Order: sequence, then structure tokens, then C-alpha cells
Amino acid sequence: MAQPIRKPTRLEPWQDPAAVPYVRIERVTKRFGDFVAVDDVTLNIYRGEFFALLGGSGSGKTTLLRMLAGFEQPSEGRIFIDGVDMSGIPPYERPVNMMFQSYALFPHMSVEQNVAFGLKQDGLPKAEIRARVAEMLEMVQLGAFAKRRPHQLSGGQRQRVALARSLVKRPKLLLLDEPLGALDKRLRERTQFELVNIQESTGITFVVVTHDQEEAMTMASRIAVMNQGTIAQVGTPTEIYEYPNSAFVAQFIGSVNMFEGIVAEDEPDHVLIRSEQAGCDLYINHGAAVPLGSAVRVAVRPEKMALSKEPPQDATGRNLARGVVREIAYLGDVSIYLVELATGAVVRATIPNVTRRTDLPITWDDEVYVTWRPFAGVVLTQ
Amino acid sequence: MNAIRRFLSLGRGLVVGVPYLWLALFFLVPFLIVFKISFSEAVLAQPPYTPLIDWVMGEDGGDLKLQLVLNLTNYLRLLADDLYIAAYLSSLKMAAISTLLCLLLGYPMAYAIARAPAERRAALMMLVILPFWTSFLIRVYAWIGILKSNGLISNLLETLGLTDGPVELLYGDVAVYIGITYSYLPFMILPLYASLEKLDLTLLEAAADLGCRPWRAFLTVTLPLSLPGIIAGSLLVFIPAVGEFVIPELLGGPDTLMIGRVLWNEFFSNRDWPVAASVATALLLFLVVPIMVFQHVQGRADEGEARR
Amino acid sequence: MRRLGALAWALWFGYAFLYAPIVLLIVYSFNENRLVTVWSGFSTKWYGELLHNEALIDAALVSLQVAAASATLATVLGTIAGLALSRFGRFRGRTLFGGMISAPLVMPEVITGLSLLLLFVAMEQVIGWPDGRGMTTITIAHTTFTMAYVAVIVQSRLSGMDGSLEEAAMDLGARPGKVFFVITLPLIAPAIVAGWLLAFTLSLDDVVIASFVSGPGSTTLPMAVFSSVRLGVSPQINALATIIVLVVATGIFIASLLVARRERQRKRDEQMALQAG
Repeated sequence: MAQPIRKPTRLEPWQDPAAVPYVRIERVTKRFGDFVAVDDVTLNIYRGEFFALLGGSGSGKTTLLRMLAGFEQPSEGRIFIDGVDMSGIPPYERPVNMMFQSYALFPHMSVEQNVAFGLKQDGLPKAEIRARVAEMLEMVQLGAFAKRRPHQLSGGQRQRVALARSLVKRPKLLLLDEPLGALDKRLRERTQFELVNIQESTGITFVVVTHDQEEAMTMASRIAVMNQGTIAQVGTPTEIYEYPNSAFVAQFIGSVNMFEGIVAEDEPDHVLIRSEQAGCDLYINHGAAVPLGSAVRVAVRPEKMALSKEPPQDATGRNLARGVVREIAYLGDVSIYLVELATGAVVRATIPNVTRRTDLPITWDDEVYVTWRPFAGVVLTQ
Repeated sequence: MNAIRRFLSLGRGLVVGVPYLWLALFFLVPFLIVFKISFSEAVLAQPPYTPLIDWVMGEDGGDLKLQLVLNLTNYLRLLADDLYIAAYLSSLKMAAISTLLCLLLGYPMAYAIARAPAERRAALMMLVILPFWTSFLIRVYAWIGILKSNGLISNLLETLGLTDGPVELLYGDVAVYIGITYSYLPFMILPLYASLEKLDLTLLEAAADLGCRPWRAFLTVTLPLSLPGIIAGSLLVFIPAVGEFVIPELLGGPDTLMIGRVLWNEFFSNRDWPVAASVATALLLFLVVPIMVFQHVQGRADEGEARR
Repeated sequence: MRRLGALAWALWFGYAFLYAPIVLLIVYSFNENRLVTVWSGFSTKWYGELLHNEALIDAALVSLQVAAASATLATVLGTIAGLALSRFGRFRGRTLFGGMISAPLVMPEVITGLSLLLLFVAMEQVIGWPDGRGMTTITIAHTTFTMAYVAVIVQSRLSGMDGSLEEAAMDLGARPGKVFFVITLPLIAPAIVAGWLLAFTLSLDDVVIASFVSGPGSTTLPMAVFSSVRLGVSPQINALATIIVLVVATGIFIASLLVARRERQRKRDEQMALQAG
């Protein structure tokens, strides 16, 4: 998947200590009876971000989104949007608009009337409403369908109407609830790019809720991974993927190999971990500030693995596992190898198919050496 | 900011308040009054019952006292006189049998419609509901013409030579069973159909795939899953049938004892409002449990439909 | 396929059972013979007599007025009740409210009738209103028990409907009242119409409750019919029955035509959407 090209001078406001967050979620908790849906969440979202709330079902991401929209009120804590405390403010008085998962288009109104609805509530003059609606329909390329009713449109078209309707009021914050869920794969890809472009051209702050990591990684400038009502980690897609702060996050995003071991050495310039599971020592080229002798896990991504039938030149025996190839999944661009180590652990390696040979250089039941570089491992204490 | 939330609940409170008050006044309060009057005595006056609470003069013209008279004779009469108990039991029996008949006839019909091709289902259901929109009274009346001696069936049997003279099927328990089943059939079919229509046919395919014969599949898959419909339909028939008046009055005989008739006669013929009130109270007590079961089933059905 | 045969038999038997009495009524209404079930010739004289039966016609007028008034009132109250039960979540007294709404659906009419009459009598004693029983009391009584049916219909329609439409409207700036009138109401309009028709029919058809709460001069059509048929068959009633059946059948026929037309339009729209891509 190609990453959409971002302008090189892209601001990263979360790095700027002087930046004021546009949306401040302060120690928000939401309870439904005994069930805690959102547990003491604090989050800052900056203006112009494309922010993703990523998590499985029951993670609390949708509840959090609905609290931003005003359909639920926090049991504890406060939410500020552009400096204004939103406690007790109903949805129809917030500078926030939402794009619903089911699109929620009014079936008894035309496309035009749907998009104009929000502007009518504000009491704008008719001429202005007409102009803005036309402009918005052009932006989503639905100008020709203005008079149609929702049931006369295809799924993709309905989605664009929903988007137009939520953008036309130029809200400070746009919330999107699983925006790509109902679309088929090809449409999903196209729409991902469209959404990012729209967000960049309008400059509106987007908050997207999704369970699909690819979606989040492709579109978002920053992601908050949620788990059972709390935030596991907040960061850019790269940070989340390459520097997960916990086993949960490491396993939630993409695939990962986890090795358990005991810390043998911890210096400022390296960490050495003895792992029975991997059958070797795990060497990482930076310090980890972990007490010696503690039990930790090391995460290594499959694409960082290399496979070879010959032993590696490095004789230290570090970051080296031996095993037998049990499964190969050929995906065209890459092949996924499952290698069973002598210890019984299974290692997953993703190898790009750089040649055009129809017979694989390494095949089932081959004995192979699995190696990875010193920078590849991530030490996880949780 | 919280003022808005409070205003919202106030607005909602006002909105709900209107039907709430209406029902409280015209549905709940009357029951309390019925209960109260069941303790009165019948008198020749306007209104024809003694007041429960009254001011009375002291024995020797002394202080005015407030007197509460709870007359239990009405209830004692209910227990003592065989008529009432027999009528209650008879009503329960007749309602139960009619419910069963409705179920036996209604289930296959509902099932057949649910399994019909989708385009035809609406029309078929409409055919079931159409009689319901025509006058209930008149449809019951129609059976008089069919069941009486020299009525349709009687003439038919005579013409076929199966009987020697006119046959009187009317004015008996049989006619009442037919009448109740006939009138309440749509009430049984509707919830049954709703339940059966939701049945996932792939479940039956899975059962067949696993080696289950059709009849067995019906007993172990379809029937249990349509249970909510069966319960709802049965309650919708049974509860009102217990207190039914028009059908036993038109189609039943002097021996056909149903509590609805007893209540009516006490009120209109004997002009004994307090006894009628006690009959009503007792009937209501009988029905409280089934009514609550019905409300529970209704409530669960609604929640099942609702999406968050 | 064999089993389907047995089912089809059951279905057709059921339909025959349901419709035979109605068909017979219609046939006998044209029987010249006063002894309704002994055919002696074709005649429409009973229809003539019916049209001159002043008592029945007056009763019919009373019934129609009461039915229209109570149906309208019941629809308003019932719609609000259905809305509250479906959309207002758990409010205080909801269980009691829900109970009061579903109980009239199964309550035997003799109990409802008696209790309402006793209420009216007591009210007259205490506050002087209602002044005697008549069309007003019948209307109130009918409204009370038919409103439950409207509420159930509206509630069921609302529950099946996605709440996100109303949320979307609020999100776009519409206050709750506006949301109800502009979004919710148009979408439940068919249910409201169905509710009104049902309440109208139930009111028009009720004999027990009306008998309890009516007064002199406010005899309803069912009451008149009931006293007439208590004595046995009556050819004029057959004629009346035929007229009612014809009116209802026509109404339903027209309604189903409209629905079928809407369905065809909808299918065409969906085709259009698929082609446009």
C-alpha cells in the first residue's frame, strides 16, 4: 500500500511544546450502569490533524467519538473543543459534525436537501445555502445527482453525500464513524485517498473511528490505539508500528514475532537478552533501561527477518534462530514463511519476491537460518 | 450548561405527561373505583350504590363522625354462590380450548404464508387481516345463520340425508368455541407469522445437511424458535377470551356460563353495580398474572427489535 | 413438496373458514325470504328497507362521529406514547407507562366498560362533569382503549427505525422538537395512518364498552345491531353487513394498489442507482 504523499513541510504540532491542543479530552470516563466503556482517558488532538481512534469492538472508541459529538455525556471528566468546555452542551449546539457509519441520509429528502439541512438550521439566506450546497456537491463530484433521493444512489455515492452534508457547515471538528466499512475493497482504497485530500484542502480536523489498521495507518497523521476503554498508545503510524510500547500494541498492529527472555546485559549502547524460546541471544543496538535479570519480551517484525540456507557470516550466534520451514503463503508480492524452531516456537518471516522464478529458493521442509539486524528488535516490558 | 439538560428533561416530561395523565385518569383510576365500589351495597338511588366514606351523626345527635363501611358481602357471595365460581372456571376452560383451536388452525396458516414466495406473502397476510377490518359483531352474527336449525349447515345435512330434521348447533358451547376461534384467529396468526418469518431458513438447511428428517427438524428447530410468537398469540387470544361477552351472548345457550355474561347481567339486568364491580375485580385478579406475562413478552419483543 | 401440499390445504381451509360467513352474509342479503336462510328468490328490498331505517342511520352517524373523533385523539396520544416508549430511554415511571399501554390490548371489554362508567359516574358526582353520558363519554372511552393500539404500532415502527437519522439531524443543528416534526414524523407517517385507521375501525366496531358508557340519544351502530341480532337473524343486518364488507374491501384494494405502485417505483429507482454506479 502506498502512503499518500504528505507535504514535506507538514507541521507536527504535537512535537511543538507551545502548541495549544484544539480538542482536549481530560480524564474522561463513561459508565453505563456497571460497565465502564471509557476509563480515565486523556487525549490531545491538534488543529488540522487527521486523527484515528483504532481498536477492536468494545475498546470504547465509538463511545469516545459519541462523547465528542455530544450524544453521550461523560460520567467524569471534561471535553474542550477550541477552548470551550462542552459539558452539558447538546449536539445541535456544538461546532462538530459527524459522518455516520450507516450514512443516516434522510430518505424523504433529495441529495440537495440533505446537504442543505444543516445550513437551514443555522438560518442562512437561501441564496447562500444554494451556493454552498452546489460548491460542496462539486467537491464530491455529485453535482449531477442533486435532485435524486438516497435510495436512487449507489453505496459509494451515498457515502459522498454523507460526507458533503457533514462538511458543508465547515465544522471545527469532523467525526467519522467507520467511514469505509460499507465499501468494497477497490472503492475503499480510492476513498481513503479522497478523504485525505479533502482533509488537507479544507484544513478541518478529522477524528476517525476504525477497527481496520490499514485504514488508520494509511489515512491518519496520528493514531490512538484503544483497548478496553483505555488508550494503549498514541503516535504516528511509524511510531506505533516500529516503537510499540506494549505487547498489546505490537500484536494489534500488523504481525509480529514475540520472544520471551531474561535481560543479561543492559548498557547505554546495547541490550542482550537470553531467550530459550528463540534458542539464541537477542541483541539490540541501544539501551533499554531494564533491570538485569528481569523477564521481558522482544518484538521483531516479520519483514525484518532474513532467511538463508547457509549459516550467516556473523559467528556470534546472536539474533540467529535455526528451524524448518513448515508453511509458505505466496501472496504475489511477498511470501510469508512460517519456520518452526528447534525449541518449538514458530517464527514468521515476510520475504519480498524479488525474482521471477516460479520455484522458490527456499521451500517446505528446508532447514533454514533466520537472522535479523541489531536495530530490528523492540524490548517490551508490558 | 446543565440548564439545557434540565430543560430537555422538562420538555420530554411535558410530552410524555399528556398521554401519561390521560391513561392514569381514564385507565388506572377507574380500576381503583371499581375496587372501591365492590365494597358498597346496592341501593335504589342515583348512583345505585352506597358511599364508602360518609359523614354520620353520632348516636344521640352528637358529633359528626367519618364512617368507612367495607361491605364484604359481595365477595362472600362470589365464593358462596356456585354460579360465580362455575362461571369463572368455565370461562377459563372455554378460553383455553379456544386458544388451542386457534393455535392448531393458525400455526399451519402462518407457517404456510411465511414459507410462501416473498412477493405473495403481503397479499396472503392481507387476506388474513381483511376480515378483521370488517365488523366483528357482524361476523359473529353471520354464524347464527350458519349454525341455527334451518341454518346453512342444518339444511346441508338434511339435504345430504345425514339427519332427519333440522339440527340445532347454535346456543351451545360448540357454537361459542367456533365463534371465539373464528373471531380471534387473526390475533393468533399475526404474531405467529412475525415470529416464523424471522426464522433463518439456513438453520433448517443445516439440520437437513446434518441428517435430520423434515418433521424432526420442525420439532427441534422451527417450533422452539417460534415459541415467542406462540406465547404472544396465545396470550392475545386467551386473556380477552376469558372475559368475552358478545360471542357467548349471541351464540351460546342459557347453560353457557361465561364470566363476561355474568358481569353484564349483574350490571344491566340486576342493576347491582357493587356485585358487578366485585366480579370485575375478581376477574382482574385472575388475569393479572397472564397480563403481566404478556407485558413482559411485549417488552422483550420491542427491545429485541430496537437497535441502539 | 409433499409437505407443502398439506400446508397449502391448511391455508386454503383457513381462508375458507375465515371468509365463508362473510360470503354467506352477502349472499343472504339478496334473499327475498325473511327467513334468511331459506332461499326464495333474489331481491334487493332489504337494502331499500335499510336505507329507510332511521334508527340505524342515526346510530351510524353517531358511530362515525365518535369514531372519527376518538381515532384522531387516540392517534395523537398514541403517537406521543409510542415515541416516548421507543426513544426516551428509561424515564421515571416508564414501567408503569409501558404497562398502561399494553394492558388495554388484552383487557376484556366488560372490565374496561364497567370501570369507565363507574369513573364517569363518580366524576359527575364530584365535579359535575361529564354531564350525563353520551357521545363525549363514548369518545373518551374509545380513545383510551384504541390509543394503546396506535402506540404499539408507532413504537414498533420506531424501534425498527435507525435512531441515527435523528442523531444526524441533531448533529446538524436541529433542536429535538424540530427533529421530531421534520425527520421522525414524515418517516413514521405510514404507521400513523395505519394507527388512525385501526383506531377508527375498533371504535366503529365496539359494542360492549359503548353499551356501558353511552347515554340516551347516543346509541351507536354496533349497539343497534346488537340489540337487533340478539333476537336472531335479521335481513336488514345482512344488507348492512354487505355494505360494510364492500366498503372495507374497496378501501383495502385501493390501499394495496397504492402500495404496489410504490414498490414498483422503488424497484425502478434501485435499478437506476445500480446502473449509474
